Amino acid sequence: MIKKDDVQYISHLSRIYIDDSEAETLAKNLEDILSYIEKLKMLDVKDVKPTSHVLPLKNVFREDALKESLGQENAIKIAVESEKGFFKVPQVIE
Amino acid sequence: MAQKEGRLMKQYETVIGLEVHLQLNTKTKIFCGCSTDFGKSPNSQTCPICLGLPGTLPVLNKKVLESAMKIGLALNCKINSLVKFDRKNYYYPDLPKAYQISQYDFPIAHTGYLDVKTGENIKRINVLRAHMEEDAGKLIHDSSIKSSLVDYNRTGTPLVEIVSDPDMRSPQEAYDYLTTLKLAMQYLDVSDCDMEKGSLRCDANVSIREFGQKELGTKAELKNLNSFKAVKSSLEFEVKRQIDLVEQGERVIQETRLWDEGKQITVSMRSKEKAHDYRYFPEPDLVPFMVDAENIESVKATLPESPAEKQSRLIKDYELSDYDSSVLVQDKEIADFFESCIKKYNQPKKVCNWITGAFKQELNARKLNLKDANITEDDLVCLIEKVEQGTLSNLAAKDVLKIKFDEKKSIDDIIKDHGFSQVSDDETLKKVIDEVISENSKVVEQIKSGKEGAIGFLVGQSMKKTQGKANPKKIGEMIKRRIIDG
Amino acid sequence: MKLSELTAHELLDLLKAKKETADSIFSSVKNVIDATEAKINAYAHISDKPIQSKNSSQKFQIPIAIKDNICIKDYPTTCSSHILKDFKPPYNATVVDKLLNSGALITGHANMDEFAFGSSTETSFFGPTKNPWNLNCVPGGSSGGSAAAVGAHEAIWALGSDTGGSIRQPASFCGVVGLKPTYGRVSRYGLIAFASSLDQIGPLTKDVEDSALLLNLIAGHDKLDSTSANIPVPDYTKSLTGDIKNLKIGIPKEYFIEGIDPEIKESILQAIEVLKKQGACFEEISLPHTEYAVATYYILATAEASSNLSRFDGVQYGLRCHPKDKRRTSLIDMYEETRHQGFGQEAKRRIMLGTYSLSSGYYDAYYLRAQKVRTLIKNDFNEAFKEFDAILTPTSPTTAFKIGEKASDPLSMYLSDIYTISANLAGIPALSLPCGFSKEGLPIGLQIMAKPFDEEMIFKIAHSYEQNTEWHKKKVAL
Repeated sequence: MIKKDDVQYISHLSRIYIDDSEAETLAKNLEDILSYIEKLKMLDVKDVKPTSHVLPLKNVFREDALKESLGQENAIKIAVESEKGFFKVPQVIE
Repeated sequence: MAQKEGRLMKQYETVIGLEVHLQLNTKTKIFCGCSTDFGKSPNSQTCPICLGLPGTLPVLNKKVLESAMKIGLALNCKINSLVKFDRKNYYYPDLPKAYQISQYDFPIAHTGYLDVKTGENIKRINVLRAHMEEDAGKLIHDSSIKSSLVDYNRTGTPLVEIVSDPDMRSPQEAYDYLTTLKLAMQYLDVSDCDMEKGSLRCDANVSIREFGQKELGTKAELKNLNSFKAVKSSLEFEVKRQIDLVEQGERVIQETRLWDEGKQITVSMRSKEKAHDYRYFPEPDLVPFMVDAENIESVKATLPESPAEKQSRLIKDYELSDYDSSVLVQDKEIADFFESCIKKYNQPKKVCNWITGAFKQELNARKLNLKDANITEDDLVCLIEKVEQGTLSNLAAKDVLKIKFDEKKSIDDIIKDHGFSQVSDDETLKKVIDEVISENSKVVEQIKSGKEGAIGFLVGQSMKKTQGKANPKKIGEMIKRRIIDG
Repeated sequence: MKLSELTAHELLDLLKAKKETADSIFSSVKNVIDATEAKINAYAHISDKPIQSKNSSQKFQIPIAIKDNICIKDYPTTCSSHILKDFKPPYNATVVDKLLNSGALITGHANMDEFAFGSSTETSFFGPTKNPWNLNCVPGGSSGGSAAAVGAHEAIWALGSDTGGSIRQPASFCGVVGLKPTYGRVSRYGLIAFASSLDQIGPLTKDVEDSALLLNLIAGHDKLDSTSANIPVPDYTKSLTGDIKNLKIGIPKEYFIEGIDPEIKESILQAIEVLKKQGACFEEISLPHTEYAVATYYILATAEASSNLSRFDGVQYGLRCHPKDKRRTSLIDMYEETRHQGFGQEAKRRIMLGTYSLSSGYYDAYYLRAQKVRTLIKNDFNEAFKEFDAILTPTSPTTAFKIGEKASDPLSMYLSDIYTISANLAGIPALSLPCGFSKEGLPIGLQIMAKPFDEEMIFKIAHSYEQNTEWHKKKVAL
């Protein structure tokens, strides 16, 4: 059972502000979806290996060789807010 | 009070585990081709990949895997045959993807150990695991503008995290583990291991329990430890704090505490949320890595001698003492320098004394590494030979060494220019001795009546008269003959 | 016929024969965009002049629409989301580089469901795209803009992305050809990720030959993508031989259960007859874990998505919001408000579902279990392909539904992916092409699947079917 409190907890983990009415709708949505997903529990998967990668690729590397960086100007160009070459954000309080 | 503390300390056992992060010295970052150079202008060493821009993908730097394997092998670990990466999800402005690519259940290495000399004993500290991960950026707080500034140059720098078992039983043991670990890693040449530059970082986990208790006590995690000394001091403080708490009937809370270097205390980090839920899952953008026995053997073959191995060999091959050999191996370059000197001048004890004494003194005073010093084996051997031959006094030789550090001239030129040649000819010496004897008749009487030790005083006076240039051994012999033998 | 209504291969012939120029072709398409876009809304961002490279080989100067989740350097790339407002990536996706180097004329970014979360393109911040065949209906999703653009001649061909059917389902709704290549066939570098282990970029085209041509251009190993396969790219147009004699094609019984739309079923059965006449053999097969595919997908895809979308937090680029409440000025408040305002409902839903299934205590029951069922689904296909050359199914259980019809019922929306999702879970290639029209005049799609890296098999069968029918010749009149 997904309750509003659960939704508030998950929303905090996901860093999304959810107001009360949204929380109610989301709780119901998630409840419906999770009930549907319960059907997976009917399968016996004890001896089945999980698939993380669908291709049998292994050992893909790159050499320790320098590549051109964007440079400060191009990197900062996308910034919402910047200052003296840094990305600027509201103060982080430890 | 001291006695009471002594009694308290005896009841409780300290349990310490250390997590050490090493920044690898590869040319480029772990997942992209940006440079890992230190101290460049903000965000100048970034690309879409290490900036975590949408759509970008990581590709593993081969040298990172090799270095991580070397570290694992040097720590006597088992190397996993399947190595994979996982995402560690959390939010912080210096983490652009809002997840760190790290390793969770299949790290590169696990179940190893490090033998640490602590006090008179050698203690085996077990290493739980070593794994690869990417570094985050740097955050600068500017309270004047109520903002924080982010520099992503450091994002994506390769790290290896080494986690020990909670095997250390005192802050001193922890300190010794760190110094031993640092030296071992320096020998591998995988990292600068410099705590000041941040290429070696350490967090400590410490708890206490009553002696005999099997379960571990609640641990505190200590952060913001910026030197080995800070590690030791913070642990000492924390152990006392925890014991005080328990003695007062309170419980130790599992929390992260920051070391305040100025106040020399640990302070609780009042975190706003519960313990992080990192929601680890396998990194879908990186395929697994299979490491077979052949890979491991080929990396093993490239491993240099470990500090412990080198020390044993120096003792065996050159009959050096425990102490002398241990001083030499503290710096791999110095130890290698010693051996190349020996090849040219086979007097291990003498060479060792010079290197661990005057030579190291000069390096330390100038805060230099051997490679920056411009003193070759030939230079040092030349100096030592001259002292042996008597053309240079010991004292003078040390002065010549000092000057050689600063000037580009050859040893011979320095000796000539500064007039350091030792005076050994009989005529000159006889003259000096005559003077000294006539000026110190009382002492001469003492020597004649049996106090031979006073000869040293007369030698000293002779050295003064010759500005230290006289050959003191010869002077001593001549004085002895004159006075005692008549 | 207007130039904009021709296929790429027809236009290439004209270009080669110097009967037309790149400019005239682009103008023709631009005119359609100007006349039609207000009705269709196929584009999130339109470029007045074609985005092209000066140093290109000039071989494929064909107007192409690129889905809004594929990075184009210095051009708005927003995944049809508010949170990527004004974001202009400082780099091209690898497929964009390849296209530009071949002479492509990019018309702009095609509309999509926000972050590819959807099967209808209704969740786009820029409003829904309409189906060219019926403006009251959805074009499908999430590559609805790409499919509609091709269907309405607002582009000659297009690129989309497919995570659970997002190329194939809109292709079937809009009467065009859509291919999801084998996982790893096309580089994902520059594709803003939804579910990293499932996403693939693929072509949306007017016919099968164009699909083969476009796949030729975008396929291939990429050093920047660790998951891209290092397998040589054949010339896919060589597989358009028309010879499908004795090919064994399986029909999975689980895809024809009760409740399937009778018109769709009829259409597929007729298609089977066409292919039988060309010499292919059909047999019923079983893919026993089909019924678990949607559930498996919605755990794995949303889990990966929740992690992939964590980076959209207002720190570096895009939207940044602060709560109106002046007391809430911390960094966390900024994160929460930015993501609250920046994400639509479906995005929030999926992120929360994904976060939940990865969270402490639930990982084993949900994520790990879903990974294991994925193995079972993949094994079903491995078994089938031991004996069969290809598998044929409907693309979608319905034709295009009305705008708004499923918007408030997420689960019902998810179930519309039921036929396409398994191919993503197994990593195999799959293509949809038109095989008929419903009584209401809405297109029906046929899906062909083959084993990994056997796109040639798919093209062979699809091309044979297409050339023996007239569906691809039916053009929408707007």
